Amino acid sequence: MIQADLNVILPEIVIAVYAMLALLGAVYTIKDRAAGVLIWLTAALFVAMAFWIGTTGTGARVAFSGMFIDDGFSRFAKVTILLSAAAVLVMGQDYMARRGILRFEYPILIALGTVGMMMMVSAGDLMSLYMGLELQSLALYVVASLRRDSAKSTEAGLKYFVLGALSSGLLLYGASLVYGFAGTTNFAGIIDAADGRAPIGLLLGLVFVMSGLAFKVSAVPFHMWTPDVYEGAPTPVTAFFATAPKVAAMGLFARVVFDAFGGIVPDWQQILAIMSVLSIFWGSLAAIGQTDFKRLMAYSSIAHMGFALMGLASGTAFGVQAMLIYMAIYVTMNVGTFAFILSMQKDGLPVTDIRSLNLYSRAHPGRALAMLVLLFSLAGVPPLVGFFGKLYVLRAAYEGGLVWLAVLGVIGSVIGAFYYLRIVFYMYFGDEGEALDPPGSAVLWGFLMVSAAIIGLAWLPGINLFGIEGAAQAAAATLVN
Amino acid sequence: MENVLSITTFIPLIAAAILAIFLRGEDAAAQRNAKWVALTATVVTFLVSLFILFDFDPSNTGFQFLEKREWLLGLQYKMGVDGISVLFVMLTTFMMPLTIAASWGIKTRVKEYMIAFLILETLMLGVFMALDLVLFYLFFEAGLIPMFLIIGIWGGKERIYASFKFFLYTFLGSVLMLVAIVAMFSDAGTTDIPALMRHGFDSETFSVLGITVVGGMQTLLFIAFFASFAVKLPMWPVHTWLPDAHVQAPTAGSVVLAAILLKMGGYGFLRFSLPMFPIGSEVMTPLVLWLSAIAIVYTSLVALAQADMKKLIAYSSVAHMGYVTMGIFAANQQGVDGAIFQMISHGFISGALFLCVGVIYDRMHTREIDAYGGLVNRMPAYALIFLFFTMANVGLPGTSGFVGEFLTLLGIFQVNTWVALFAASGVILSASYALWLYRRVVLGDLIKESLKSITDMSGRERAIFAPLVAMTLLLGVYPALVLDIIGPSTEALISQYDTALTEGGNAAVQTAGTAN
Repeated sequence: MIQADLNVILPEIVIAVYAMLALLGAVYTIKDRAAGVLIWLTAALFVAMAFWIGTTGTGARVAFSGMFIDDGFSRFAKVTILLSAAAVLVMGQDYMARRGILRFEYPILIALGTVGMMMMVSAGDLMSLYMGLELQSLALYVVASLRRDSAKSTEAGLKYFVLGALSSGLLLYGASLVYGFAGTTNFAGIIDAADGRAPIGLLLGLVFVMSGLAFKVSAVPFHMWTPDVYEGAPTPVTAFFATAPKVAAMGLFARVVFDAFGGIVPDWQQILAIMSVLSIFWGSLAAIGQTDFKRLMAYSSIAHMGFALMGLASGTAFGVQAMLIYMAIYVTMNVGTFAFILSMQKDGLPVTDIRSLNLYSRAHPGRALAMLVLLFSLAGVPPLVGFFGKLYVLRAAYEGGLVWLAVLGVIGSVIGAFYYLRIVFYMYFGDEGEALDPPGSAVLWGFLMVSAAIIGLAWLPGINLFGIEGAAQAAAATLVN
Repeated sequence: MENVLSITTFIPLIAAAILAIFLRGEDAAAQRNAKWVALTATVVTFLVSLFILFDFDPSNTGFQFLEKREWLLGLQYKMGVDGISVLFVMLTTFMMPLTIAASWGIKTRVKEYMIAFLILETLMLGVFMALDLVLFYLFFEAGLIPMFLIIGIWGGKERIYASFKFFLYTFLGSVLMLVAIVAMFSDAGTTDIPALMRHGFDSETFSVLGITVVGGMQTLLFIAFFASFAVKLPMWPVHTWLPDAHVQAPTAGSVVLAAILLKMGGYGFLRFSLPMFPIGSEVMTPLVLWLSAIAIVYTSLVALAQADMKKLIAYSSVAHMGYVTMGIFAANQQGVDGAIFQMISHGFISGALFLCVGVIYDRMHTREIDAYGGLVNRMPAYALIFLFFTMANVGLPGTSGFVGEFLTLLGIFQVNTWVALFAASGVILSASYALWLYRRVVLGDLIKESLKSITDMSGRERAIFAPLVAMTLLLGVYPALVLDIIGPSTEALISQYDTALTEGGNAAVQTAGTAN
């Protein structure tokens, strides 16, 4: 029995064991000088695991009496998480080495955090949910304050930690209520207790659990930490925050509402719909006055999480499919955008002010064009892939009976378009200013170009988003039935 | 020729890709190469598109030259043209070489400029050919990106404000259409435009939040599409982006905007609103007609007060588009024929008027009417051409402007005499602002010192105007060229519209009666 269970979680075990070995090895030998190698090694391991999970897994398997679920949904999310984490790791290396913050703990913490994320999307029980969540969060708290001598970075880490602990508390409180009223922590048991009608205590627990999860996806009104942490953390860490953990948290969100509370869809649907519309509007409005690129991306991610939640709020299998596609597209766009932000520097120091991009298109037409594609895609302008993400979630919302949400959502996206256009404005229309340093790194260039090419072209008939539609559909089908 | 539509659509895009990949440098030779590549590509596109025109069978009211491929989400890549769209395709391919030729004086970032226009041409052609709802939306919206850049990079002093206003205004209009598209997709289970035309959308009157929606879902869908097309066309009172965009855009940008981009709105009404939501259209017709009448009178009056030539012509465009919406929603043969004719003819005339402004702007770098006067003394050829297009804009018989206005007025007169009365008064107003503009700019004595050395039009400039003059005259004296092509299709459109109304309209009107 235990053998079969271990078999199911083999990928997680491999990464966890690797992290331990790497930690021991690096501590007792060359320490920080191993960091470069470890980053590549970790990224390679992630890619290998993604490949393994993506190609070998079939059907749904359950381990540890329902605590851990390995199904199409979790595999889709894990592949997305692993690939984006690998991309972000590799992207950040040059930046960190140059600023002297390339510590060997970084890739190891990322690896541990990734194990936590994989755990989250596979959670079948409130216990494993919490375990995964905390493993992820603890790793992230530490990497947020990776730059120990910077007040901003440590502030970001501390802020994230305090607020994160609060949200974990909310979640735990909710979990205890759910346990009290359902008599079990297992999702399969909870769904029986909450079939059609749920006792008020269970609903209360659900609300608390959702609040905790909303904090992790940074949905309004639990978003306050996002801009500060995004701005304060070193840019490679910010890039990481914006990608893999978001996928994991959305995956976990979907798990909880469908696996545990799939019987009372209308009860959580309204909460999600409200959070979705608030996130879209606040994410769009609050960013208008920002000039810091990282803060902009923080608000942008809040708005995008609003759209992903819109898919989830529909309460249908198509909605989950739409959410998964949206997240995959979102991650691709963010990898490209952060590759660009990482390459922005002046006199060797990182720059994140969008006003410094004045007439960037003159000096670097290729990069500016790639960025143009990504920004219009983030704004949801067709024909770029970001538009198709919106099309999926809008359709899901409409078919889920949430027409008002779809209408408000698109209006919010128009407001949001303004600040993406503003970056285009600085790059293309601005006045001549002091130029940025020539961006040297070929790795960053590669990530930017590949991501822009995907976003710009993957919608073409014949490529059809690389068949992600079918994969997401199969994944959603295993979650919702 | 197989796939002639796709070939036509994508020649400019391929040329843009060639420019982007192979052309390097900013020196004079590179600039010249960029211009020649763009000109060649647009001319070739025009020549290829002639195949469409000559092989087109006007008596067939269905879609022709069909192409189809599967796409994601159950969507499809489907292209085709019918009598309504084929002339818009021709208008686009005809105008583009002229706009490129008119941009010969561009000095900064020539390569990017040409790429933007070539991409824009592909997207505009796609709009008129797409037979899949989402594909249509894709082309329709994507056009905002190059136009945003054209205004923002090569525009005038207030270009930033104008480009943002242009983008956000039209984007807001069309996202509502996106929701409607999603709704139609879910309701009908397909985004195939011919299939959607046959699909009867629900027109059961219902009430939501205490408001009775007569015509039900059809009315809501109509409103959502209306939000997009009315902004694009533009109709009063959502026209305010147009004067800003026109004034700030470079000459060629104004030409494309006036001649082609505005027509997308009118085309949208004909392609979607009338055939797909007949009952919704019927319910909303009075509103649209009165908005059109207001547009014609009000914007003509506004045009009288303008001090900037481009702004004046922009307001005149809004007024002329008022005739178009009026004709379309008169929903009879004369009205719809007239509306399409008016759009085609306005494409030539307004494009030519913006080029006329461009000619003197290139010389004097101002568009202020007061800065000119007595140009006829130094520029006789220019005075003649400007006079010709001013008269065409006013609707002088013998020019194409007359036919469009006359037909739409004829159509509307049968439906609503009061609207016809107001609209007809617009003809007089348009004569007053256009002739007054002409008098102030061209006639009189040449007293301004700065104008003493102005030169008449060059050979290149005359060559640009020649085809426009020819087309305006040709369509003015022989309108059957256009009417024979669009006639059968508009006839089919109207008979389908009338059938749908008699079937479903009575029910809707009855329920509306009981609801009141």
